[in-house]
Amino acid sequence: MRLLTHNMLSSNVKGVVNGFPLRLEASTWVEKEVDFNADFLRSVFPKIDWPALFGASQTVGYVALPESADASMLESEDFLKKFHHALLEIHVEEGALVCPETGRRFPINKGIPNMLLNEDEV
Amino acid sequence: MFPRGADIRLVRGHLEVYEPCDDSFALVDALLADRGNLVNHQARFCMEIGCGSGYVTTSLAIILGKENSGIHYFTRDINPHATRVTQRTLYAHGVHAEVINTDIASRLQKRLVGMMDVIVVNPPYVPTPEEEVNCEGITSSWVGGYNGCTVIDKIFPVVDELLSDTTWLYMVTLTTKNPSEICLVIRRKVYASRIVLQRSTEEESLHVIKFWREGVDDVRDKDIMSSSLDLGS
Repeated sequence: MRLLTHNMLSSNVKGVVNGFPLRLEASTWVEKEVDFNADFLRSVFPKIDWPALFGASQTVGYVALPESADASMLESEDFLKKFHHALLEIHVEEGALVCPETGRRFPINKGIPNMLLNEDEV
Repeated sequence: MFPRGADIRLVRGHLEVYEPCDDSFALVDALLADRGNLVNHQARFCMEIGCGSGYVTTSLAIILGKENSGIHYFTRDINPHATRVTQRTLYAHGVHAEVINTDIASRLQKRLVGMMDVIVVNPPYVPTPEEEVNCEGITSSWVGGYNGCTVIDKIFPVVDELLSDTTWLYMVTLTTKNPSEICLVIRRKVYASRIVLQRSTEEESLHVIKFWREGVDDVRDKDIMSSSLDLGS
């Protein structure tokens, strides 16, 4: 599971108001090289919740991202490279996503987050 | 010549996972037939709902190829076995998609709203008793409930939310389900549609229908005239 996906998922347990961002717990993660595409990064940037990406990248030990970011930084190749790495190249293999409101844990096994709810949670 | 999809010998399997079948092949052939449009579509995100063995998403990633490196794939299934098999199928082909184990009814897509540029669905459409709808494992890949519509009816509102103004949806339906009727239902939601592919097999007659928001992409879809194209082989 890439940090991109972490940025897109939210908790949908019954009664939860916002459910985002999910707290990331990661016990294993790997880095995989992905083709760099500046156009993609620029177009996806407005959709990314930066604090969530920043927090998740800290969790997996990647500390190169600035704590805040704005669109003017997309001119910088150096910034784009870091953004690219954090968003696409770090894959969480084992861990969990934790609902910020209920504490419900959604396990991540073999890189696949399990977001299935029990009947009483829907 | 571009690649024609996943290598069936590399598609992984499991007792509880739907194997690629005529409907899967029809969907991939429809995507192939529409490849030119897809390449020009400048998609960022593609999602398959109900990925089964991973055959369709893997094929889509291969068809669109390396030169479209700005496209990222998401795929989801309610069946945990299917998500793991999909992961292995993707890996065997050297392509990547983000795999999520989730239920169509969940509101997981809140932040994905309007994000998807291409959605592909081969929904469970076999008419069955209603109580079978919430079955687990492989059964979930074909149980369609009353009239074969229960699960499809659940999928539409979700897809409707996920579709951006430029999203294309490709969906497999049974011809006996009267695609024009399905199109009418969707039309009420202001979608345009065309049949990309029709195919008759020994067991069933299938359509793959493409939907898009009316007035937005009509011009970009260059193949309107080929709407009755039959690639049946």
